[in-house]
Amino acid sequence: MDSHFLKVDLFGIPWLTVNVPNLILTTVAMAIVFFVTFFMSRKIQMYPTGAQNALEYLVQFIKNVISSTMDWKQGKNFIMLGITIILYVFVANMMGVPFELATADHDVWWNSPTSNPVLTISLAAFIIILTHIYGLKLKGPKEYGKDYFRPAFFMAPFKVIEDLSNTLTLGMRLYANIYAKEMIMVMLVGLGASGVFWAFGAFIPLVVFQAFSVFIGSLQAFIFCMLTMVYMAHKVSEEH
Amino acid sequence: MFDIYEIEWVNAIYQIAAFLVLLMLLKKFAFGPIMDMMEKREQHVADQIASAEKNRADAEKYLAEQREAIQAARQEAKDIVENSKKMSDQQANDIVQGAKKEAERLKQTALAEINTEKEQAISALREQVSTLSVLVATKVIEKELDEKEQEKLIQDTLREVGEDL
Repeated sequence: MDSHFLKVDLFGIPWLTVNVPNLILTTVAMAIVFFVTFFMSRKIQMYPTGAQNALEYLVQFIKNVISSTMDWKQGKNFIMLGITIILYVFVANMMGVPFELATADHDVWWNSPTSNPVLTISLAAFIIILTHIYGLKLKGPKEYGKDYFRPAFFMAPFKVIEDLSNTLTLGMRLYANIYAKEMIMVMLVGLGASGVFWAFGAFIPLVVFQAFSVFIGSLQAFIFCMLTMVYMAHKVSEEH
Repeated sequence: MFDIYEIEWVNAIYQIAAFLVLLMLLKKFAFGPIMDMMEKREQHVADQIASAEKNRADAEKYLAEQREAIQAARQEAKDIVENSKKMSDQQANDIVQGAKKEAERLKQTALAEINTEKEQAISALREQVSTLSVLVATKVIEKELDEKEQEKLIQDTLREVGEDL
């Protein structure tokens, strides 16, 4: 597959490359998340109904994820982070499931934004940096600094490597899963479009694979959120 | 293959900035109010449970009080009945005693009266006897009886009168 994206060098500066479709898709994913939850939370009552129940279930779910990794004393700071991550990643993963848009010469205009490694790894890096910020904030600089030399002083380089590898694995896991999903889906659709016989032959596998894609997308969103909390717990929890 | 110029820094920064904005928006417009409401509900439920517990304790206390009051009332009723029974017994006794005393008194009075009457009758009789004896004596004198005969007559008369008594 030689699909590619419309890329523009901003102001003609070579390192200010902008991936225009991805920019739009990120915005769309976030807009979907915001407007869906916004309209779901218009009627908030003491006795919850329908949409409010669903959102409260989500909040409770994230609370459980956080509680399983760290103390609630520190964990209460990360509810909004967890909710935003899981919703954004989930919606971004789902965007490529029903359809993908590309021009005739394989300029992609609609897919899962999370199938772009730059976005997933930058998101992962952002989260790792956030864990450091919260580690500094909640434990104080002294405890935070001491953490590098625990349990032994020679662990310091490994701690730095751990942060780098965490960033890479967190981002790459999400990217690879979604990218593979997109690839297989594009191939199945291409197969179905190649002939009348294949249209019937590829239909059932495509349906099955779409169901599997939904599963993968949900699972990756959950894993991303869960690992965020695990890394966060590593940095902010007082003792191991 | 890997070109630093290929990395879309703008996209990455844009995404992170947008992510932060999304987080703020969700907090302000969607999940903030919901979490507030959840907290409020938790508080509400806790309050309700506490007040229910308090009400139950109060109810139990009242029940115990009521039970005690009933017990006391029952005891009081029993006492009253017993007292009245005792009182009525005493009254009956008193009445009977009074009646007996009255009867005794009446009897004594009657006896005394009888005795008085008897005395009076005897004295009256004695007077009459003396009158009669004077009369007899007069009659005897009129008849001019001798001394002996007169004496005998008086004695006879006296005896007769005395036997009558």
